[in-house]
Amino acid sequence: MIQSNSPPKTDSATAEPGGPVARVAALASDYPTLALTGILAILVLVTGLVEPNYLSISGARNTLLQAAPLGILAGAQTILMLTGGIDLSVTMVATGSAYVAANQSSEGAAVAILLGIVVGLVVGSANGVGVAVFRVNPLIMTLAMSGILLGLFTAWAQTILQGSTQMGPFIKLIGGGSFLGNRIPYSVVVWALIAVGLIWLLKRTGWGRLLYAIGDNEIAVRLAGVRVWQVRITAYIVAGVLGSISGILLGGRTGAVDLQLANAFLLPSVAAAVIGGTSIFGGVGGYTGTILGALILSVLNSMLTFLNVGQAIQQVVYGTIVLALAWGYAGLTRRA
Amino acid sequence: MSESQPLLATVKVAKSYGPVVALREVEFAVRRGEVHALLGANGAGKSTLVKILAGVHTADAGTVHVDGRAMQFHDPVDAMAVGIATVFQDPALIPDLTVRQNLQLSEIKDSAFTHWLEWFDLQALDLDALVRDLPLETLRVVDLARALARDPQVLLLDEITAALTADQAERVFALLTDWRKQGRAAVLITHRLAEVRRICDRATILRDGRNVALFEPNSAATVANGSVTGTMQDVDEHELVEAMLGADVGELEKSDAPEQTSQRQSDSPTSSQEIAFAVQGLNSGDAVREISFELHRGEILGLVALEGQGQERLFSLLSGDRQPSDGEILVDGGQRRWRAPYDAVGDGVVLIPGDRLLTLLPNLSVRQNLVVPLFSRIRQWLRIPADERQRVMNAIDRLSIDTRAASQVRRLSGGNQQKVAIGRWLVAGFRTLLCFDPTRGIDVQTKREIYALLRELAASGAAILLYTSELAEIPLVCDRVLIMHDGRIVDEQNAALATEASLLTAAHGLEVPA
Repeated sequence: MIQSNSPPKTDSATAEPGGPVARVAALASDYPTLALTGILAILVLVTGLVEPNYLSISGARNTLLQAAPLGILAGAQTILMLTGGIDLSVTMVATGSAYVAANQSSEGAAVAILLGIVVGLVVGSANGVGVAVFRVNPLIMTLAMSGILLGLFTAWAQTILQGSTQMGPFIKLIGGGSFLGNRIPYSVVVWALIAVGLIWLLKRTGWGRLLYAIGDNEIAVRLAGVRVWQVRITAYIVAGVLGSISGILLGGRTGAVDLQLANAFLLPSVAAAVIGGTSIFGGVGGYTGTILGALILSVLNSMLTFLNVGQAIQQVVYGTIVLALAWGYAGLTRRA
Repeated sequence: MSESQPLLATVKVAKSYGPVVALREVEFAVRRGEVHALLGANGAGKSTLVKILAGVHTADAGTVHVDGRAMQFHDPVDAMAVGIATVFQDPALIPDLTVRQNLQLSEIKDSAFTHWLEWFDLQALDLDALVRDLPLETLRVVDLARALARDPQVLLLDEITAALTADQAERVFALLTDWRKQGRAAVLITHRLAEVRRICDRATILRDGRNVALFEPNSAATVANGSVTGTMQDVDEHELVEAMLGADVGELEKSDAPEQTSQRQSDSPTSSQEIAFAVQGLNSGDAVREISFELHRGEILGLVALEGQGQERLFSLLSGDRQPSDGEILVDGGQRRWRAPYDAVGDGVVLIPGDRLLTLLPNLSVRQNLVVPLFSRIRQWLRIPADERQRVMNAIDRLSIDTRAASQVRRLSGGNQQKVAIGRWLVAGFRTLLCFDPTRGIDVQTKREIYALLRELAASGAAILLYTSELAEIPLVCDRVLIMHDGRIVDEQNAALATEASLLTAAHGLEVPA
């Protein structure tokens, strides 16, 4: 994705002669973004076949409303996966931030949002220090953090966070409302701003360069005179803040918060990044692919809802398709 | 088998790693009842030969004979099956298993193994200890005891005494004496020539992948008598060193030498009196002991050492990667306490490591590799310098890096990868360059380019410390040269006057004749 504007010359393009299937595969491996866009288009059309009303402005709006919080969470995973890390506590951060924002709704939107984001700052810092300074494996660090947060918020819900579980009107508007005649969700605007910011960070800043470099060879980066721990801690902090923003949007959309608010987004947040071509081993990927990954998963979700097959079957189909997409993408990029 | 038949022999064995030729038509023979020394300078091909004999590598050409029969080893198990046991420089033990589990993996009986442990006075060793928790010396003995427990006919020992205590080394020698009486054989790779004289019967010298000499003082008598001491004792150590050198001057053509040397002498004012970098009494465990030297601005100071004399540790201390247990590092006269490479780079002291795996980002582009040091400070994080592209292009031009495979550095040739490793410091700038064996295993053309670049950098005021395993090239590149042996600086020579003979002699810890 880093070099996506100039397609790499691959062996597959020349080695495999003939057949249209082979040529499509070769094209897809040269232009991964194009392949993802194709998959997205096909999914939208199939969903349109299942439910003709889906191919409308309101259908698009609903998909985007779902995709925005997921895309932001997947942004957190993308940043960390580029460094070879991951954040399994990001959905608990989202839930906790939403909980705090709802609790503080009486103080006004600005205070509620800021205090919500503080949750992400604090948890992200703790994760970062654990991973970068104390060298705890990121899976263990963030999984344990997730458990700790669930415990803390469960206890606090009865004590210091007792009170409102309803979001204030402004957050509800941002999370669930739309403008231009109910066409464009505000949350999508927030997502777009974050997307521009993330793509700028990854492609146009030294910090972005270092994220890729650390994911590829941490020792080399250290010997080049970089304090690797500084980069890692800031990456976890940024991920935490993204988790908070996502949670507040999600809470605004549902209106009321509970401790299961963002639970269901953990697998999709990682899957969107993986489908988008970011390697879980670090050094390879980017946010453009993740955006497409988040959109694909949201359309898929709508499709399964319209198919009306029941929750259990939905889960199985969803998991299978995520697996197939991730495997297929890995296969494509390996050929390159 | 007849007595005249060698127990283990190679016929015209050749081996290349990509473009690098490690062995060319090596003839090597070990008789029953002898301890055979395998000698040579760094990179002469000793380890490669041992790996072929041990079945780790397969030869590209030629054959290995055991008891006169041509063998085809596919893996180390094949070699073990015909009675060849090897103790490598790095113990072949799995760190996360216990000693006992390692033994079970290699199907060694505990009783045979503990017998040999007792021989080395290690009966107190806890077999249930994790390998990673044991010190290196112990592991070498464990590895040796394991090899002996296989009851082999031939024992290949790669630098076995380097990590042992004097007492344990004595026991190895006693063992080899017994070994000889039983009509078995041992091959000893070592840099310690005193040991060769003491216990070996014959010595084969490798140079540039060829067997260039065989020392066999009155061999017939030895085998017949089964004498207790080796027969190499009458050989002069200097003779051995000379044999390791051979006649040629190395891969850079001889005709270049006088021209470049004279050119350099006319440049000699590049080395100023200003001391850019100095260390005083640097210590780190047993690897680095009491090292002191001064590095002037505009100077290229060479460092020569045989393998494993503490040079890696010294470079990691000088680059801030490790902290010395004792001693001072001074930059421009001021004392520095570095906690990480970050601090050293901040003082303009930068490292080009020997292992390219330590310096490259294999899956990223040349550009991304070159720019990493530009962002080492937090204040540099939120932007990219406007001239980043220009600086990268300048470095690529100056080093003439072949950018046809620039999207992933791992696809570049070794020489181009090394240029990228150097290039990052051209992009970022530096004052003192620590350069560890930058020309190892790369082609002659690239070598010349790298040396020319180092001279240019020195001429423009950089101070350069250059460790190299290519002795022939010291007079072409360096101003002065330090020789390191067993963790200490044992000699300093004027590089223009240094010869391979004088360097290699000093590197063996011997007196250089005036």
